[in-house]
Amino acid sequence: MKRPGMLRTRTGDDHSRLMLLVLQAILVAAAVITLLPYVWMVSSSFKSNADIISASIRLIPAHPILDNYVTALTREPVLRAILNSVVMAGGETLAVVLTSIFTAYPFARLHFRGRDTVFMLVLGAMMIPSQVTMIPTFMLMKWLGWIDTYQGLIVPRAVTPLGIFLMRQFLLTLPRELEEAALIDGCGRLRILLQICLPHLGPAAATLAIFTFTASWNEFFWPLIVVQSQEMQTIQMLIAALKQAEAADWGVIMAIITLSVFPTLLIYLVLQRYFVKGVAMSGIKG
Amino acid sequence: MQSGEARFAWFSLLPALLFFAIFVGFPVVYSFILSFSDWNMTSSTADWVGMANYTSLLGDEEFLRSLLQTTLFTIAITACILVFSLAAALLLDLKLRYIQVYRTILYFPAVTSMVAIGIVWVWMLDPEYGLINQLLRIVVIEGPLWLADPKMALPALVITAAWRNVGYFATIFLAGLQAIDLTYYEAARMDGAGAWDCFRRITLPLLRPTILFVVVMSVILSFQVFALVYVMTGGGPAGSTSVIVFYLYQQAFTYFRMGYASAVGYVLFVIVFVLTLVQFKLFGKQADA
Repeated sequence: MKRPGMLRTRTGDDHSRLMLLVLQAILVAAAVITLLPYVWMVSSSFKSNADIISASIRLIPAHPILDNYVTALTREPVLRAILNSVVMAGGETLAVVLTSIFTAYPFARLHFRGRDTVFMLVLGAMMIPSQVTMIPTFMLMKWLGWIDTYQGLIVPRAVTPLGIFLMRQFLLTLPRELEEAALIDGCGRLRILLQICLPHLGPAAATLAIFTFTASWNEFFWPLIVVQSQEMQTIQMLIAALKQAEAADWGVIMAIITLSVFPTLLIYLVLQRYFVKGVAMSGIKG
Repeated sequence: MQSGEARFAWFSLLPALLFFAIFVGFPVVYSFILSFSDWNMTSSTADWVGMANYTSLLGDEEFLRSLLQTTLFTIAITACILVFSLAAALLLDLKLRYIQVYRTILYFPAVTSMVAIGIVWVWMLDPEYGLINQLLRIVVIEGPLWLADPKMALPALVITAAWRNVGYFATIFLAGLQAIDLTYYEAARMDGAGAWDCFRRITLPLLRPTILFVVVMSVILSFQVFALVYVMTGGGPAGSTSVIVFYLYQQAFTYFRMGYASAVGYVLFVIVFVLTLVQFKLFGKQADA
């Protein structure tokens, strides 16, 4: 944060103070535009139907009520949908972090024939749109009897090229000296990976974990295809279905959306530094 | 020892390689084969139809329309991102009080689901009681019908997608800006260069790799837009917001025309691939010059 931004170059005189004020005003406007839909969402979730259909703008409800939340939780299978999303996102996160570590290590540290070719193939898989693989994968799920199951939701997304790439980039930053002493002592690579590298992988694993979890929590396309029953609906599917079914009940819909949005916002607020690192890692090295 | 190392390497890679074989390799090949058949899921057999799926795509007005609308959407959203995300990043790079708060807030939409955002914006854009038109009424403008108006529905989708993505790409631009060596600016200032000169002659050229990354990502993501269309318009009104992936989804899971849908998928694949190559060529060349 110490670095001076380039627009700050002439902060001394009065003229640029005015300039700074203008720039700050633009930033405030951007923040307001970003926050307004969230405020509108939360505000609507506490309004009665009568207040929702009102000609005057009220960001803070005149008569705040909890009815929409009560209706949401009693009438709709919200808790089951949230449970499904937690299991899916949790399972996927665990799988992606584990497979990324084991797959990235040979690419980062070991020498073997074909390494770079295989690595390029893995990265190439990132280029393939999921719509191309979707239909055969769906058929495979049917054949395995995995439609409407957690494994059907999780397994086809259990390994990601991006996860492998991020983990490899991180492993490359670890000093080799850490491992060399153990190698001389005759330690196997598996033990080195588990006992020496793993303890240092905390920040990278955390970055990858929260990225995977939020992406999976927010995922819509694959669950829409592999889930057909109401019991296995994820929270995103439930919201989308509600909107199709009852376009008028905005209070209840906004209450459920509010419940679905806050977990990821909270994770982001608490673990923000990992997000910033992840974005920087995926963005710059590209 | 070298061979033991190689053995461990392959052992460690095995689960992921198996995974890619099953969930990427097999589907890519299989959907390519499917795209030359008329398989429709209900019948147990599929006939080989050669290029028929691809040739009928060329005459399929609904498909061509969705292709055109996807292209318009992609161009509009990428332009928005280039302008607004870069501007936001320059602002977020300033050394102001509470700058971290702004950085935090602008990233919020990036961790919020497309489904949630789409539906909240449907409500924001409600012609009668939505916040947008209510705000417009304050300045005595009667806002459009937005999603109910075939002319305004696609722009409304662009606005929503821009709201979602500007902060995310601003964060990427910001990382790019902060990677630029400050001594360039110091030297330029000593030569009497102003802020605009610095931006044009230092920031922009040195930011080229980040710009390339952002444009490529934006084009890939926009060409595959689906959730937003699914929840906001369902392709309507009057087909005015149908996009490729939505069309593909309908062909596959509403009409069960799996062969035809696979052909659509491959066309999408080729378009995205070619666009990415072209961008690398264009930007790569300029970077050399």
